[in-house]
Amino acid sequence: MKETLASLWQKLFGDGVRAFGVVSLIFLASMAIAPAKNFFSEWRHYQHGYLSLIRNRSEANTLQRHFQGGIQQVWLPDLGVVDRCTSCHVGLKEASLADVSVQPYRKHPVIPHLLDQFGCTMCHRGQGAATTVAEAHNSTLAWEQPILPAKYIESSCGQCHRGALPGTPQLNLGRNLLARQGCVHCHTVKTADGKIMTATDDPPSLSHIADKTSREWIFVWLKDPQAYASTSTMPNFKLSYDEARDISAFLIANSTPMSGDTSTVSATASSDPAAGASLYGESFCASCHAVQNAAGNVVGGDVGPELTRVGSKVKPEWLQAWLRNPRAYDAETAMPHYRFNDGQVATLAAFLEAKTDSDLLSNVHLEPPTPEQVARGKRLVSDYGCASCHEIAGIKKPENFAPELSRIGSKPVAQLIFLQGMQHTLPDYIAGKIKNPRTFSPGLKMPQYTFTSVQINALTTALLSLNDRSYSLPQSLAVPGRTESDYQPAGKAGKLMADLACFSCHRINGHGGDMAPDLTWEGSSVQRDWLVQFFKNPGTLRPTLIRRMPRFNLSDSEVAELTDYIMTVYQSPMIDRDSVPNGGNSPGQVELGKRLFYGKYSCQGCHIVDTKTDKGYIGPTLTSVGSRLTAAWMIQWMKSPQSLRPGTVEPNRGMSDDDAKALTAFLMSKKGGERRTAKSASHRVPTQGPDQEVAQK
Amino acid sequence: MNRYSLAVMISAALLLANSCLRRSESVPVLKPTAFGTAIVEASGGKQFAQTGGMLPQAVVVQVNDEQGTAVAGALVEFAAVPGVSFDPASALSDSSGQVTTNVSLGGMAGRYQITATTMDKAHRRVELELEEIALGYQQTLGRRLNDQYCDRCHNSESSAERVSNYDNLEVKPHPFSEGNTLNRISDVDLTAIITHGGPALQKSALMPAWGNTLSKSEIQALIAYIHAVSDPPLTSSGPLYVRGRH
Repeated sequence: MKETLASLWQKLFGDGVRAFGVVSLIFLASMAIAPAKNFFSEWRHYQHGYLSLIRNRSEANTLQRHFQGGIQQVWLPDLGVVDRCTSCHVGLKEASLADVSVQPYRKHPVIPHLLDQFGCTMCHRGQGAATTVAEAHNSTLAWEQPILPAKYIESSCGQCHRGALPGTPQLNLGRNLLARQGCVHCHTVKTADGKIMTATDDPPSLSHIADKTSREWIFVWLKDPQAYASTSTMPNFKLSYDEARDISAFLIANSTPMSGDTSTVSATASSDPAAGASLYGESFCASCHAVQNAAGNVVGGDVGPELTRVGSKVKPEWLQAWLRNPRAYDAETAMPHYRFNDGQVATLAAFLEAKTDSDLLSNVHLEPPTPEQVARGKRLVSDYGCASCHEIAGIKKPENFAPELSRIGSKPVAQLIFLQGMQHTLPDYIAGKIKNPRTFSPGLKMPQYTFTSVQINALTTALLSLNDRSYSLPQSLAVPGRTESDYQPAGKAGKLMADLACFSCHRINGHGGDMAPDLTWEGSSVQRDWLVQFFKNPGTLRPTLIRRMPRFNLSDSEVAELTDYIMTVYQSPMIDRDSVPNGGNSPGQVELGKRLFYGKYSCQGCHIVDTKTDKGYIGPTLTSVGSRLTAAWMIQWMKSPQSLRPGTVEPNRGMSDDDAKALTAFLMSKKGGERRTAKSASHRVPTQGPDQEVAQK
Repeated sequence: MNRYSLAVMISAALLLANSCLRRSESVPVLKPTAFGTAIVEASGGKQFAQTGGMLPQAVVVQVNDEQGTAVAGALVEFAAVPGVSFDPASALSDSSGQVTTNVSLGGMAGRYQITATTMDKAHRRVELELEEIALGYQQTLGRRLNDQYCDRCHNSESSAERVSNYDNLEVKPHPFSEGNTLNRISDVDLTAIITHGGPALQKSALMPAWGNTLSKSEIQALIAYIHAVSDPPLTSSGPLYVRGRH
């Protein structure tokens, strides 16, 4: 061995000339490394691949002309973007490559932004300046920003767009869930514009809970909230028997009786067994509350709690008092104050109390609590942060109970602790944490939620949009979302509207719910007599809608108060209600309108004016529209429906003044003389107004 | 002598590196207890989801024998192009011969071919091919517009929350899945019908003009959605992702 080495040395460096020659060769070879690396670089390989891909295509000449060799770069100093992705992704802007499925040559799908204005990494993350696949797409030791998986791509839209976008359902859902599932009760979420996200759920106060329910129910609920109601948003804290026993003991001991009206109803429930169900239906409780039906489906709204087993939960006296006036127990509740008479209260209460589940509480036998258990319960309530969501007398709402999530989307992977077998990426960490928080450490307080995979993806998307970039971007790029105003109607009518919880369903001047029509301009839209009748008996307008205006049993003076207020205050500046008379049109004008209705505009596709011939039921039935709407509103509506109700389904037909007036004349002649037939017809075919259509979005 | 030991050392190092890179995946190997001769779709084909998203319904396939009766305990494996994930990717058929899997589609818009494979007694592969559709940004926007403006008339199926108006129309609208008809209408004509209404192409006035309600890009998005969901697919609507073809 030694001899071979020695002879090799002799051969190479034996004399000066040899040594010089060999050293020169080594030197030249090392000089060639850089050009060789460049020559064999990945991007050059991909550009060659692209050229041979386009060579055989019919539009090869055009593509060849567009092609530029060498490293390409999008440089946007304002956005901090230096993206060389187009060095390999050569065909991004070539519309004719739509059929190519091989990467990196695919055309970029249509998006509302230009690549030259935003670059690639704004949305896709990754290392823009890198020129190899590994460095650009994956995280390396030097730069830790892997490419964002496609399923979370909508998070990047959320960096600038603070509100809901029509093309990003997943991001919208995620943001709604953050607010609705209570995440932001414990976690502070501040967006780059300085707004702090507020919760949209309303967990009940527990200060008077002993009035409402039993300790046994609290115990069962704490152990497994979804066992009581599958739709419950209360998470499972995985409490032990002792913990649930002590917390329930504390909550009952801590509860103070409600002051105010506690008198029980003297009337007895109706003897008709169907009366309760029909009152429940007539009052449209199902608009907000869900009940599980015999087939196991949960049917109804999700504004209020599910009532499938409510009889096993609430005390009868409490339920009666609640139905009589919910605001006596909870002044801020979203539940309207129905003016039920005593008989109705008794009937409805009996109907709800019958909704029991005998298995729910059958195995729970709690001994009277010891003072130590109550004290331990209080400690546990503080430890688990119950007061972050619920008002509990004597316990302060903890501040910063859980980590702030305002920039969670930029959290360095090095700071995360992953579970075994988990992909080491931020999205996987966030999704894993939401799915199964306690697996990360048994000591964690974050409870177990019952999210579906779709919900977890949506939440992860929303959280990834909360990142450093959303702060560092120029604020001129930010697109604000819809802001909720703090509009409150004034005076007596305002108090009445608060009592009836109008804003739980209706939106007025930028405040309120989306379930029912926006009433901002209701005073310009409807006729006074109709409104009075509607308050007294809302059932006559759209009888077969699932969600509908309930009857509140208002007194005449209350109806007059509300009607006066709406007719005076909720007026559109675009419409002078009295400028066009509501009748007195010539028969010729009415006839012309009728021809336009059935001919040129074919309104019968969606609306019914004659129940014998028309069948369309997308828009509201118009058989008595002449008694409902004002002519001035109707003309403006024909010409530009979206100017009165943004987002309404009614298409803007670009109608001329003459056509709008003729159609209005025809419709104003429909005063609803044939009400009886109209009613039977609408039982046959469900009718739905454009407003409800929007409300269901 | 030395050369041998060097070679041994290098190969040992390579083996070690290889095993480190692969990271031991401890997927339990499923042993089929029965074999079928055919595999058929029970449900879940031709669904759509957003790119990278999970299909709303699980894909269910069934393994049958020669007589067409269900076979329990047969091994079914799902596969597609990289980027598509299955949960689970392989399973034994249950007592009704069925295997259910949740599918997340790949990151690019287009159609994805999914293959479900089982083995017969002679260890021959029996395959079933399904197609699923991933919607990109434009199609997702179009889908939302469809839900708001078009679906009530153009979709004949009713749901609890929305009742179809299809049966009430004297001239029946085309459901957007009717590829045989809609694929023959050019984009220019589709744009004209949506913008100016049916009469623009001598069709029914029951189709109103949407040109004042929807923007040009919204109408384009709607057309992209219509192309994406048409059946049979429009040939130029985008690529089909098939395993092994790339």
